[in-house]
Amino acid sequence: MDRARTLPVYISSYVFSCLVFLLLATIPLYVNPYLVILLTSVFMYIVLTLSWAIFSGPTRYISLASSAFFGVGVYSSAVLGEVLPIPAVIFLGGIVGSLLAFCIGILTLRLRGMYFIIFTFGVSELMRHFLLWWETNMKGTVGRFVVSMEPETVYYFMLVIFAVCLIVAHLLKESRFGLSLRSIGEHEEAALHIGINVTLLKTLTFALSAFFMSAAGAIMATRWTYIDPSIAFNPLFSFMPVLMAIFGGIGRLSGPIVGAAIFAMLEEILITRFPYYYMLIFGVILILVILFLPSGLVGLIKRKSRRSS
Amino acid sequence: MQLLEGRKVTKTFGGLAAVFGVNFHIDQGEIVGLIGPNGAGKTTLFNLISGAYPMTSGGAFFKGEEITGLKPNQICRCGIARTFQLIKLFSEMTVFENVLLACLSGRLRGIKRSDAERRTEELLQFVGLSVEPTTPAGELTLANQKRLEVARGLATGPELILLDELMAGLNSSEVTQSMELVKRIRERGITVFMIEHVMKAIMSVCDRIMVLDHGVKIAEGVPKAISTDKKVIEVYLGDQHHAEG
Repeated sequence: MDRARTLPVYISSYVFSCLVFLLLATIPLYVNPYLVILLTSVFMYIVLTLSWAIFSGPTRYISLASSAFFGVGVYSSAVLGEVLPIPAVIFLGGIVGSLLAFCIGILTLRLRGMYFIIFTFGVSELMRHFLLWWETNMKGTVGRFVVSMEPETVYYFMLVIFAVCLIVAHLLKESRFGLSLRSIGEHEEAALHIGINVTLLKTLTFALSAFFMSAAGAIMATRWTYIDPSIAFNPLFSFMPVLMAIFGGIGRLSGPIVGAAIFAMLEEILITRFPYYYMLIFGVILILVILFLPSGLVGLIKRKSRRSS
Repeated sequence: MQLLEGRKVTKTFGGLAAVFGVNFHIDQGEIVGLIGPNGAGKTTLFNLISGAYPMTSGGAFFKGEEITGLKPNQICRCGIARTFQLIKLFSEMTVFENVLLACLSGRLRGIKRSDAERRTEELLQFVGLSVEPTTPAGELTLANQKRLEVARGLATGPELILLDELMAGLNSSEVTQSMELVKRIRERGITVFMIEHVMKAIMSVCDRIMVLDHGVKIAEGVPKAISTDKKVIEVYLGDQHHAEG
C-alpha cells in the first residue's frame, strides 16, 4: 500500500535519472575538452564517494582503505593495459580490488570504531610503501607508464562505472541486504542475534564497494600515463570520499553524489583561483559544514522542504 | 520432551566464575523463570545459551543437538530467540523494519517479502504495539520498546525465547500486560525462559523456577516451593523483604 503510493515518485525519479545520464553522455559533443577532463575527475570522486558510502554509510564502519583499492586499480591498469583491451582491464582491476578487500575484510572487520579506521589507513600506507620498496629494490625503477587513452574515452568509461555503481547502490539499499547493513550500523550485536551473518555480509559488501574504487582507478590511470606508488596510493583518495560524503550527507544516495560533485568542483575552482590559500579555504568550509550541517547538504534541503510543507 | 539442556555450563572472566557448573533443562511448552540477586550470573547464562559469549567449559544442547560454540546468528537460526535487558533495538529504523528484518533473517529466512510483511503486521498486533508502524523505534516509550523487542525476537521464528527482564521498569498495569503476553507466547507453542525480578509476575506465570547465586544453581522447583525455600529466602527473597521494610 505504501509502495503503490510512492510508485509515481519512483518512476519520475527513474525518468529523471535517465535524462540526466543522457545529457551527461552527450556532453563531450558540445563542450570544450577542458570541461570533459574536469568532469572526468568529478565523476571519479563521485564513484569513490558513492562506493565508499555503499559500505561505510549504513554500517558506520569508517574505512580509510579507499586509496588502497584505488591504487590497486591503477596498478592493474599499468600491468595489464598493454596486453588486454581496456574494458577487460577495468573489470579485472575491479576484481583484484575486491579480492584484496575480501582478505582485508576477513582480517579486520572484527575490529570496531577507531581500531578499524586506523587499520584501514594502515593498509593503504602499507600498500604504498611496499610497492615503493618493491620497485626500488626488486625492479630497480620506480613508477610505470600506462597506455594512454583519449579524454573522451576515459570520460565515457568513468560515466559507465558511475552508472553501474549507482544502480548497484540503489538496488542494494532497497533490498533486505540494505536493511541488514543498516541494522549492523545501528546495533551489531542485535543484528547478530536475529540471525544475520554479520561477518559475511560486511566482508562481501566491503569487497563490492572496493570493486568500483578499483575500476575507477584502472580507467583513471590511462589519463595520467605515468604512475608511481605515491600517485596511485595517494592518501587523499582515502580522505576525500569520507569528507565528500559527510559534506553531502550520508543517509541517502544523493548525499555522496551531491557532496562529491560540489566538493570536486570547489577544489578545482579554489586551486585555480587561490592556489596558495585553497587548502585553508577548503578547511574552513569543511569545518563550517560539520558544525552547522551535521546531516550534510542533502539534509539541509530535506529540512527546508519539511519546514515549508 | 527436553527442548534445551545445559550440562555443567561454566563461564569464567579472568579468575572469576560468573556461571559455574550449572546443569539445567527446559521442557517443551514450559515457562521457566530464572531469578537471583544482582550479579548472580543470570544474564551471563543467557549470553552463553544464545552464543554471545563462548562457554569456558560445559555444553548446551537444543532438541538433542549440541549448540555449544555456535555463533549467535547460527543459534538464532536453530530456533532460539532472545531479548536484551538493556534494550538493543535498531532505533533509527522504523518499528515495522525492525520486525520485518528479523522475519527475513531468522529461522524463516527465504520467505517471500509479502509473507514477511504480513507476519510483521500480525506480530506487532500480537505484542500489542498499536503505534504507527513507520515510527522510528527509538521514539517509543519504554513499555513499547520492550514489546517491540519481543516482536522482533518472535519474528525470527523461534521455538524457545529468552526474555531478559521484560518487566523491569514497567508500571503495574504494564507488568500485568506483559504477564499476559508471556502466557500468550506459550499458547503460540513457544517455550519461554525468563529472567525476572518482579516476584508477583514470576510466581504467577512460571511453571518452574531456577535460582542462581554467585553463578551456582542453589534451588529449582515449582514457584510455591521456591518461595518457601530457606536458602532462597536467605540469599534473595529475604534481602528484598528487608529492602522493602
